[in-house]
Amino acid sequence: MPAPTAEPVGPHLPEGALTLGTVDALRDALGPGTGPLDLSGVARVDMAGAWFLAASGRPLRGARPEVAALIDLAAAAMPAPAAPAARPSWRLPSPRGLVAGLAFFGRVLVLAAALPRHPRRLRLTSTVHHLRETGLTAIPIVTLMSFLIGVVLAFQGAAQLRQFGAQVFVVDLIAISVLRELGVLLTAIIVAGRSGAAFTAAIGSMKMREEVDALRTLGLDPVAVLALPRILALVIALPLLTVAADVAGLLGGAAMSWIELGVSPAMFVARMEAAIGASHYLVGLAKAPAFALIVGLTGCWFGLQVGSDAESLGRMTSRAVVVAIFLVIVADAAFSILFAVLGV
Amino acid sequence: MTAALTVEGLVTGFGDRTIHDGLSLTMHRGEVLGVVGGSGTGKSVLLRAIIGLVPPRAGRIDLLGTRMDEAGEEARRAALRRTGVMFQDGALFSSLTLRQNVEAPMLERFPGLDPRTSRGAAELKLALAGLPPEAADLRPSEISGGMRKRAGLARALALDPEVVFLDEPTAGLDPIGASAFDALILDLKRALGLTVFFVTHDLDSLAAICDRVAVLADRRVVAVGTVPELRATGHPWIERYFGGPRGRAAFGG
Ligand SMILES: Nc1ncnc2c1ncn2[C@@H]1O[C@H](COP(=O)(O)OP(=O)(O)OP(=O)(O)O)[C@@H](O)[C@H]1O
Ligand SMILES: [Mg+2]
Repeated sequence: MPAPTAEPVGPHLPEGALTLGTVDALRDALGPGTGPLDLSGVARVDMAGAWFLAASGRPLRGARPEVAALIDLAAAAMPAPAAPAARPSWRLPSPRGLVAGLAFFGRVLVLAAALPRHPRRLRLTSTVHHLRETGLTAIPIVTLMSFLIGVVLAFQGAAQLRQFGAQVFVVDLIAISVLRELGVLLTAIIVAGRSGAAFTAAIGSMKMREEVDALRTLGLDPVAVLALPRILALVIALPLLTVAADVAGLLGGAAMSWIELGVSPAMFVARMEAAIGASHYLVGLAKAPAFALIVGLTGCWFGLQVGSDAESLGRMTSRAVVVAIFLVIVADAAFSILFAVLGV
Repeated sequence: MTAALTVEGLVTGFGDRTIHDGLSLTMHRGEVLGVVGGSGTGKSVLLRAIIGLVPPRAGRIDLLGTRMDEAGEEARRAALRRTGVMFQDGALFSSLTLRQNVEAPMLERFPGLDPRTSRGAAELKLALAGLPPEAADLRPSEISGGMRKRAGLARALALDPEVVFLDEPTAGLDPIGASAFDALILDLKRALGLTVFFVTHDLDSLAAICDRVAVLADRRVVAVGTVPELRATGHPWIERYFGGPRGRAAFGG
């Protein structure tokens, strides 16, 4: 540290401007110390430069009037150093979230159960709008995916079954896997990515802009206004989409069976009639409303959990999709066990 | 006096609605130019057109020597680095703390900046804008509406701009806060030679700090000048504006 007595004035600051971009270099050049600084060479400072000089705690000499004025302004405004507020950076997922989520589920069920008695509480316009958004507009992607899965199943099955000369069993393979499992599961997963995420984003951005609070102050229940029509629409749309997916999957399988194995469409239909009961189709379809409930509830629930920053919107949207798909697959496993026990 | 901003024959619109039709305006360096007009006359749209967020349909916009309406991306960005903007609704980054909001433009401009420097400079700007030091670590959702205005100003000042555009900065502030804000703008103007484009409905602010006032009506700037000069034009809207009870209270007319 230079002794102030040995160096009454100085060090001289470099000629030119002291600005945000040059403060770091000056700090390195000066090093620690409390000796006075000579500012006569400084032509211009900006606020960052003024802050640096004012905060250095050194006596300042020879500043031009404009420079001095800015340093004074900075010194007068300079905040007392505040201890940074500790903010929790992460939290353990608490069982409280789960309980609140279940409470939300219960609330939706109560509201839905009241609808038959008070049909006028149904928000028809909104429900129809969401029916269109989640159902009608999803048909192309759902049927295309299902068709391709049927094609893949037939193709892979053909290679195996041909080894045993059991080509015709490809029909059983396709029909059972599409009708019972893949049709409804794929549809639910696509809908979770499409509509579940859209629910979270839409409700979440309303939450961010205090629209949800505005609803509350108007005496409206956000769950009834925002969540119920969406969930109801999904519960209606998903079974219908599943039917479309089933048809598309069988078509894809039949087409590929014909090309690869020479199983004509007539043979395909005959084999289906002979070997596959309606139970497979009904079992698949029965799962659809349950999956719809899962996707709709998680989408709306996570939307209502969005805070007031943009980041939480993104976080909740991705969480809604992951949780929905996870729960759909868990539910599918549970259904498998249930149907095995029931023997259907 | 040289011009910081010249707008000539500006035409803007959305769809088949024309918002500005042949608007012309000049702002000198180092002046505080008030911009007034009824709600929906296009003050915010004018501001957005000047900084290049709304593409003009016709006309010329010259900001700090750059033709904003026809310059390339690079040149426009260079001009915008020398300006600061405070939007009507604050437009703070909701996932950053106030300090990080102010630091963001600094770190964007000088990526290798020492954290001590950006931190100190950001805290100084927040303090200048009248925010208490504890507020620096809060997020926009955790502060009051008036504090968000101040934080918006602090961010607009982050890079020591030559020109700042303020869209109704004192709306929603308490009268003491609004006067302090006006005093701050005056201080900054004196110390930094700041040029200020000041959209406001606040007659007290107009009286206190504006060197000249531009009046938007009928899709154009109908008059520019000091308040007495404006009143001399006899334009009916200007008469009602300054001659009403609030106007008389502010200007003693
Ligand atoms: N993105 C947009 N699309 C369509 N019209 C718009 C858009 N932004 C603004 N407008 C229209 O332009 C007109 C001017 O809006 P502007 O926000 O500039 O008003 P203003 O003068 O700032 O009013 P205020 O004093 O209330 O802030 C309004 O009629 C508005 O409806
Ligand atoms: Mg506006």
